[in-house]
Parts: sequence; structure tokens; C-alpha cells
Amino acid sequence: MIATLGLAALWLAAALALLQLLGGALALRAKGNPLVAALRPVAMIQGMLASLAMICLIVLFCQTDLSVALVATNSHSAKPLLYKFAGSWGNHEGSMLLWVAVMAAAGGVVAWVERRLPERTILATLGAQAFVSLGFYAFLLFASNPFTRLDPAAPEGQGLNPLLQDPGLAFHPPTLYIGYVGLSVAFSFAVGALLTREVSPTFARAMRPWVLGAWIFLTLGILFGSYWAYYELGWGGWWFWDPVENASLMPWLAATALLHSVSVLAARNALRAWTVMLGVVAFSMSMVGTFLVRSGILVSVHAFAVDPTRGQFILALLAINIGAALAVFGLRAASVTEGERFTLTSREGALVFNNVMLTGALGIVLIGTLYPLIAETVGARVSVGPPYFNPATAIFVLPMLVVMAIGPLLRWRRDSMKRISPLLLVPALLALCGLAFGISRGIGVLPLLGVALASGLVVASVTPLWGRKLRTVKLPLWGMVTAHLGVALALGGMASDSAFTKEKLVAARPGDTIAVGPWSLTFTKVKPIAGSNWTAIEATLEAGYDGGKPITLKPQARAFWSPPQGTNESALATRWNGQLYAVLGEQAEDGRWQLRLWWKPFVTLIWLGGMLVALGGLLALFGRVASDLRRLIAVDKIAYRRRRQGP
Amino acid sequence: MKRLILALALFSVPLLANSPLPSAPYAYVQLENPSKEAEAQALMQSIRCLQCQGQSIADSDAQIAGDLRNQIRLRIKQGEEPEAIRAWLIERYGDYVSYAPRINSRTWPLFAAPVLLLGFAAFMLRRRFGKGEA
Repeated sequence: MIATLGLAALWLAAALALLQLLGGALALRAKGNPLVAALRPVAMIQGMLASLAMICLIVLFCQTDLSVALVATNSHSAKPLLYKFAGSWGNHEGSMLLWVAVMAAAGGVVAWVERRLPERTILATLGAQAFVSLGFYAFLLFASNPFTRLDPAAPEGQGLNPLLQDPGLAFHPPTLYIGYVGLSVAFSFAVGALLTREVSPTFARAMRPWVLGAWIFLTLGILFGSYWAYYELGWGGWWFWDPVENASLMPWLAATALLHSVSVLAARNALRAWTVMLGVVAFSMSMVGTFLVRSGILVSVHAFAVDPTRGQFILALLAINIGAALAVFGLRAASVTEGERFTLTSREGALVFNNVMLTGALGIVLIGTLYPLIAETVGARVSVGPPYFNPATAIFVLPMLVVMAIGPLLRWRRDSMKRISPLLLVPALLALCGLAFGISRGIGVLPLLGVALASGLVVASVTPLWGRKLRTVKLPLWGMVTAHLGVALALGGMASDSAFTKEKLVAARPGDTIAVGPWSLTFTKVKPIAGSNWTAIEATLEAGYDGGKPITLKPQARAFWSPPQGTNESALATRWNGQLYAVLGEQAEDGRWQLRLWWKPFVTLIWLGGMLVALGGLLALFGRVASDLRRLIAVDKIAYRRRRQGP
Repeated sequence: MKRLILALALFSVPLLANSPLPSAPYAYVQLENPSKEAEAQALMQSIRCLQCQGQSIADSDAQIAGDLRNQIRLRIKQGEEPEAIRAWLIERYGDYVSYAPRINSRTWPLFAAPVLLLGFAAFMLRRRFGKGEA
């Protein structure tokens, strides 16, 4: 019943998307067509129907309705409710439905609230949104129907991959998807503005909240994913340059560039063609990411959904969407001028540098991720990993971070380094101190540069507040300062983790004491325990920092039975200056247990800094939306007064 | 069929990881000399675990990863150079085993990419600011 309702809602939503596409196309030509007038309500109802389909799927998973094939293959009646709920998007079909639902809902919100742009541009935007959605509806309905029934119903479900049975799963995929899909709105805006030749500061202001929102979600999604991999995989790594991680990093890099160039367009009416281009690139990267993850083309930790025919479908969608967007861009770009001019030593100049460097880093990640796939088609198997990505991206990212210290201090249009150089004195000195400290500890080149830059940036990022009355500082500026400070902290955390981590691998018996860095751990006991769908061996470790009061750590080695698989649940002790990371391994023949212990100084700054980056985005978003609302209310008031005074 | 093989492969990894076979002496034990261990660690982080999906042998519980860690630590202990060990591994398992691609006729585009991108960046900046305005 619920499955039928979900499927019906999905078909209806797809039909409305087709109507929306036709209406959008008509809006470019005829005036006063009834379909054009109905476009906004159509988009809103489409959003509701697609959301309803997603809700139906969630209900089916929560009830463990085993007459639905997707539930039977991915769920299990003994699974905790949280994972039944989150399991609804922890598989191919469900995640694609989530994608479509979020995309349709976002289109509905645009139709509902956006009133600043010329009506034709909005309608063209909704048409573009429908064009992209239709491909995904077709994909869902013809190649990956989430509501396919089983007759007779399965006696029991096959369960969910234990690696995915973690609170991280409840948040990681949806946040990333919302980010991906938010970029689809930016993409549609870009296409709509191109089609109607309305690339203006108003367009930038209408697009900016969506870019900011998408970027916040992408940031959070990457953070969750990285922290999840960090504690779940049990080896203390937090970034592997795994293709699936890169798939989320690429849209983030593009969105970061877009975010900065859209600000230039909104404030200065410059970088018009470039901003539109980035809007197209950012969503293309989302599609590339979806293709990489969902096609099963990669052999990686994340490739849980494997089916090459689907890959071809997504590849075709990717080619159609990007091809169409580039064709529109090619036809219209000549008529979009670059806008106002400026010099290199200006705010715009610094932002252009940032954009070019981010695009360079994006290029490296894209090539490094796709190259092994391309090489494989000609019969060569190569691996591209950290030894390639780290230095190659650093070439672009490190100079960009230097400019990140300078750019926010510069004025728009034209400025001189002489004016701001006194402000850069303290950051420069700190960077030198960082450099000297790093050299004295004999750390590698990249961590050394990271430590030096992070030390300087911590101060440089808050320098734009210097000399201002803090109470009058606007929210977007707070946002920028917070986000840049977050980047500095995260960079420091990454450098510190790679330079100063202490590792200890031992075989130990209960009663043994082990030292790692400043910690002293006593291995007190092991005991078996059981959860709802797993059993485990749990070790108890009493860990004291520098002779202080001990903290109890309980790492587990878990065995799941449906599907049969083991995971190592790490135990973490967090202090202000880092994390102790403990993992229980297997038991050796002589009865001793393998323990893996790491002391990771300041590793937590990576995620703390990342959270600050997201918080900065949130502050900017609040500031922008609040001032937009104020403007809307003011306009409404004037209109109301005019009506009352009317003839 | 392909799916079945993949599913089997997915399941067999963790089962093997928990198999009762004793692990090699240096699979889960560090070298006594910290600078040698650091060398081994750096190498292990750039060697792919062939049985896992997208993990290095430094990040994996699979049997083969443990065996390779043992091999690498033993060879480093005997004074072999990390790059010589990498070459030996590549000879044995192919280029796929190393996360650090070598420059050759098949991988040159990877190394041309940063150069080309830098050139592109310089071009973009020059076109924008090159006319003596800055």
C-alpha cells in the first residue's frame, strides 16, 4: 500500500517535471500562456510529491516491509531503528530517490520564495531545474525503482553492511546530497540567467544563498565523512584520497570558488561570465561525484552499490546535462561581458587569484581521480594516491592560502600593498616562528609549510576586524573571519597530525602497561559483550596523561552476523591538545592481544576548524538572508502604502 | 555473475581478516629503531592493499596487508632502501600496487597536468591583469 503510494507519487512528480520543462521553454517565447502562469505551483507540487515518495520509502524501511525488494536486500528486522531509518538512503535506489526528492523540494522553494529576479529568468531557471530532474526521474523509474515488490515477501532481510551501521551514516549521505543538490539550484540559476541574458548583481544575490547553503552542507558532509572514516576504519587515518572522498571534495572546491566569485558579482558587477561558468562546473562536479559513487566504477571502501548498467545511465545524464549547459554557455557567453575592471592589488584581484588556484586544485583532484579509470580502459592499471595528491594540490593551495591572508584586507577596485603591509607584520612574524619551530623538530616539507602558514593565518584571518567597532561589524564579515580562521586551524591540525603523531603497536596481556607519547596505558581486562545484531570482545584500558588521573578506554572488536563481517570499534580520549586513539586487534597464539595506539597532537583541530568553516558560512547566510528579508519587507510596505493612498 | 563474484569478494575480505592463521611477526609490531620505523611507515602508506577497496596496507586488517607490512619492515630492518622495496613490489604485483605513480609512457599526463594547470593559471591571471594595470 505504502509502496504503491510512493511509486504513484514518484510518477506524478515526474509528469509534473515534464510539464515544468515545457512551461519553462514556453516562458522564453510566448507571453500569457496559461502553462507559464501555472509554473510556480507546478514546481511546488512536484517538490511535495517527490518528498512524499521519499517519506514512503522511509516508512517502509522503519516497518521493515519485506515485500519491498529494496528493504529485503538492505534491511533486517533485528536492526536498531536508527539504522532502519538511515538505511533507507544507505543503498543505491534510496540514495537516488533522496537526491531527486531534495532537488524537487529545492526547486519548489525557489518557485515559492524567489521574487527579485525578472519573472522570465525565474521561469527559465525552473525549466532548467526540471530538465535536470527529469533525467533523474527517468533513472529512478526505469533503472532503479526503489519500490519494486517481491512476491512472495522475503522471510527475513539480508541486513546492512556493518560499516554503515553507525550514527555517522544517519548524517553523512544526506548532508552531502543536500550540498550536491543545492548546487543544482545554482546551476539552474546560471542556465536561466544565461538563457534570458540577465547575469547581474541581482542574479548573484538571488543565487548566493543557494551556493552558501550548498557549500555549508558539503563542508559538513565532508567533515562527517572524514571523522567517520577516522574512528570507524580503525587505523587513525582521516583522509585517504579515495575516489569517493575526492567525489565530495571536487564539488566543494568548485563551490568554494563559486562562493567567492558570486560575492564579487553581487558587490561589484564583475566576473560575470566566470561566475556563470563556475555555476555550471560546480554542479557538473556533483554529477561526476554521483557518477563515481553510484556507478560502481570504482573499487573503493565506499562502493557498496555495484551495477555497471546504471553507471552508463548516469554517464549519459552527465553528458546530456553538462553538454547542454556548455552549449548554452557557448552560445550566450559572448553576450555576457566580464563587467567592471579592477587591478591585481584589489579585493577582486585577490579573489580572482583564489578562484584560479582553487580551479587548479580541482583540476589536479579531477585528473588524479579519473586517470586510473582512463588508464584501465587501455589496459594499464595504475594507482594514484597521497604521494601524488599531496604535493600536486599543495602547489595550488599553499599560494592561495597566502593570498587568503592578504585579500580580505584589500579594498575593492584598487589598493596598494604599502597601505596594508603594517597589518601583515604580526602574521609574517608568527609564520616565521612556526617555520623555525618546524625546522627545529625536523619535520617533512609539507607539514613544515603547513605549520608555518597555519601560525600566520590564525592571526591574519581575524585581522580584517582590526580597528573596527565589533558591535557594528556585519554578519557576513564575521562569517568570513570565522571561516578563514577555521581554515587556519584545520591546516594546523592536518600538519600537526602528519608531523607529530606517535604510534605504538604492541601485543599485550591484561596487566601490561604501555607508553605512547605522553600517555601511559594499563591494559586491565578483556571481556565478551553482545549488542542487538553483533557480539564483541571489549578491552579495558586505563589511560593516564603525563601521570594524571586515568581515563577508561574501551575499544571493541565486533563481529556482525548479518552480513557476517567484523569491525574494530576504536576508543578515543580527547584532550584540548589532541586525541589518544586505541584499537583492539586480534588475539595471537600465545594469548596476547594486539593493541594499536596513537597519540595525535591537535588532530581534533581538523574537524573543529572544519566546523568553524561551516559556522562561518552559516553566519554569512544568516546575514544575507536577513538583509534580503528586510529589503523585501520594506518593498512590501511601500507597495501597501501606495495601494492605500491609491486613486 | 559479476555481481556474485564481487559480493563474495566483499564478504571474504573481513572473514580472511579474522581468520585464525597467525599473523607474520612484523605485521602488527613496529621496528625497534624509530627512524627505520618512520621510513617503513612512509612506504607502507603508499602501497595499496590489493585485497581491500582503496586502502593502503598501513590502513588494513587484511592478511595480505599484514604480510606486506611484515616484508617491508624486515627489508627496511636489513637496510634496504624504501624505493628499492617499492621497485621490488611493483615488479611482483605491477604498477597498481604503488600509490606513487612513476613517470613513464603511460603516466606522463598525470605529471603534465600540474604544469599545464599552472600555465593555465598564469595565462588567466596575465590575461586579466597583464596590461600594465597592476
